[in-house]
Amino acid sequence: MVALAFFAGRSRSLAIATNVGGIPYLNSLPFYYGALTAVWCAIPSLVVLLIWNFADNYFISNMIVAELPESALELVEGKKDLLVNQVYNVAEGIMPREMAPDYIVAASERLEVILWWNRMLLAVVCLSIGILGSLFVWMKITPKFKARLHVEGVFLGVLFVSACIAILTTVGIVFSVLFESIKFFTKVPITEFLFGLEWSPQMAIREGQQGSSGSFGAVPLFVGTLLIAAIAMIVAVPTGLMSAIYLSEYADRRIRDWVKPALEVLAGVPTVVYGFFAALTVAPFIRDMGIGLGLDGFMTISSESALAAGLVMGVMIIPFVSSLSDDVINAVPQSLRDGALGLGSTRSEVIKQVVLPAALPGIMGGILLAGPRAIGETMIVVMAAGLAANLTMNPLDSVTTVTVQIVTLLVGDQEFNSPKTLAAFALGLVLFIVTLGLNYLALHIVKKYREQYD
Amino acid sequence: MIKMAEDVKDEQKMQSAEPSAAENDSAGPQDMSAKIQGTVGRPFVDDAKIKMRGVNVFYGEKQAVFAVDLDIKENEVISMIGPSGCGKSTFLRCINRMNDTIDICRVEGSIQLDGMDIYESKLDVVPLRARVGMVFQKPNPFPKSIYDNVAYGPKIHGLVSRKSDLDEVVESSLRRAGLWDEVKDRLDSPGTGLSGGQQQRLCIARTIAVSPEVILMDEPCSALDPIATAKIEELIAELSENFTIAIVTHSMQQAARVSHRTAYFHLGNLVEVNETDKVFTNPDHDLTEAYITGRFG
Ligand SMILES: Nc1ncnc2c1ncn2[C@@H]1O[C@H](COP(=O)(O)OP(=O)(O)O)[C@@H](O)[C@H]1O
Ligand SMILES: [Mg+2]
Repeated sequence: MVALAFFAGRSRSLAIATNVGGIPYLNSLPFYYGALTAVWCAIPSLVVLLIWNFADNYFISNMIVAELPESALELVEGKKDLLVNQVYNVAEGIMPREMAPDYIVAASERLEVILWWNRMLLAVVCLSIGILGSLFVWMKITPKFKARLHVEGVFLGVLFVSACIAILTTVGIVFSVLFESIKFFTKVPITEFLFGLEWSPQMAIREGQQGSSGSFGAVPLFVGTLLIAAIAMIVAVPTGLMSAIYLSEYADRRIRDWVKPALEVLAGVPTVVYGFFAALTVAPFIRDMGIGLGLDGFMTISSESALAAGLVMGVMIIPFVSSLSDDVINAVPQSLRDGALGLGSTRSEVIKQVVLPAALPGIMGGILLAGPRAIGETMIVVMAAGLAANLTMNPLDSVTTVTVQIVTLLVGDQEFNSPKTLAAFALGLVLFIVTLGLNYLALHIVKKYREQYD
Repeated sequence: MIKMAEDVKDEQKMQSAEPSAAENDSAGPQDMSAKIQGTVGRPFVDDAKIKMRGVNVFYGEKQAVFAVDLDIKENEVISMIGPSGCGKSTFLRCINRMNDTIDICRVEGSIQLDGMDIYESKLDVVPLRARVGMVFQKPNPFPKSIYDNVAYGPKIHGLVSRKSDLDEVVESSLRRAGLWDEVKDRLDSPGTGLSGGQQQRLCIARTIAVSPEVILMDEPCSALDPIATAKIEELIAELSENFTIAIVTHSMQQAARVSHRTAYFHLGNLVEVNETDKVFTNPDHDLTEAYITGRFG
């Protein structure tokens, strides 16, 4: 139908064009008249379709409720939704008719009729809006009509909406997380969440069960997260930085052409692969080594350790740090290196005293960008760091992180309003704020740095 | 830019150069492509500080400098002029082995500094570059404080051991570069915050702080305004009392004002070397004449 509208608009413009003496006398090319007609055909009906789809559930439910007998409504006392659901289930055949009460069956038959009418009506309305829209434009097509400008405007609008979608979705997520977190903080005080030292979110499923009150002190999670992230950074920053220095200052072209793609491949390995590498290879190795060194006399050594997760996470971040630092080091102008060399510096003096100081802000920015990746990384820690919320600085013990707890809190059947589920949102909020802050800071620093050499 | 600096000083020389330009205007374009055979004029001196023989420079397969023979005397200022791309920078960079930093660059021939072959395979370039300093086309102060910029060289070469000595070296270098009065109150502020001309003088101060014997300058004024240029030219005249200076410039007026001898390069060949006065009034080679009268460049 849209195509039809397009050709209708185009042919009309062509017809008019021949009247006034050819296409050059039209304000716009025939294509634009066609396109505008098509747009007017499609967009209004699409909008109506969307609104309709959002709204119709509400109206239909109300109609069903009106259909149900008073007695049934009194029975469930305010839980109309449940009944309506039952009606839907019967109508869709999910629930066998024989098991439902009569009035539900009656309502479900009525529902099918309503749904059929609903679809028909929608189709008719959309079609007619489409036709009206195209007619509207079709009538307006005259040699002077500036179809081109209108089409450009529509095009701009589509681009703008696309750009907004990403932003609006993010904003939406932020707000939903925020609201759920606020709900959580009405049940568990925020001070307990932020400063409490004990984390055991198991809530009673039935009232009055033993040990029913969970405790939501998130400090062990924060400590675990930071411990693992710190280990990861200790691994990744020096290694990444030195490999970047080697690549940009020492390596000749052939080595560069080899190593850079290799590092990029390393960056493309799915984290779950790193995860089982950490859990199956590194973690047992570290445990055995800890025991072999006789450390088990002094501290707990667990088969899942912060060290294993941190080490592997560090390896994962190396390419990230390396490629960012490489960019930054390459942005240091060659003239600075020449200046230093011309004064009789050795290569390492040039790097230590001129290149690195000049690149430092950018490198700091790169490190700050790597931070959120370490903090937000999930798969490796789920597999290698463990679930026990130990408050410890011992890297050989098992710890748990914010992301791991979010996963475990939300996996499985949960009542949506339990503090346990809501706690996941609160943790998510903390994670979000921290990573956003770090990212902002990092980008700010990197931008400042870029300006310096432009 | 040149016009103004020219008015400031050395009007004499330019006026004497101009009539000759007018006289020789009749030389046809075929003279420009005259065959280059060796170097005319006076490329050699008796007591050479730097002695270069048969210098060829290649970038990969491409040869950029062809069999150049040239001597540079102690405490003289020699300028190198020529159309752009003729190999002036390439040749200059041979003298402190800066070409080593370019992978594809290869240098043949011999270059001696006080009788020592600087291209000998075992030679360490670090002390060489301390003896032969370099000032670049674009001012390139390090992103450090003014003080640290100047102190950088003495520090890496271990020339001074005490802080007070270092302060002294920094002050005297800045004084000799004519920058002291402008920056003495803000030695701790970054060198990159200075104006272009000040930055270039800072780079010169940085170079002389290492007490080199030779200073190479590659178009040191090309990024500067006329006033800053005039200051640097004055500075070069003063520095020539203590240093041997080789300066590449695209400005003939500048060459005329600051140098004792002038070398004219053409397509990688050293065409003519003569007393600056002679080059600009009565050059020996047709190509030189064509260039200084502005028929190409
Ligand atoms: N790094 C380089 N790599 C390859 N060729 C170069 C390089 N630098 C200069 N050249 C070439 O060498 C020739 C001389 O260049 P250069 O010495 O910079 O000339 P000038 O300083 O006289 O303008 C030019 O043809 C130039 O293209
Ligand atoms: Mg040059």
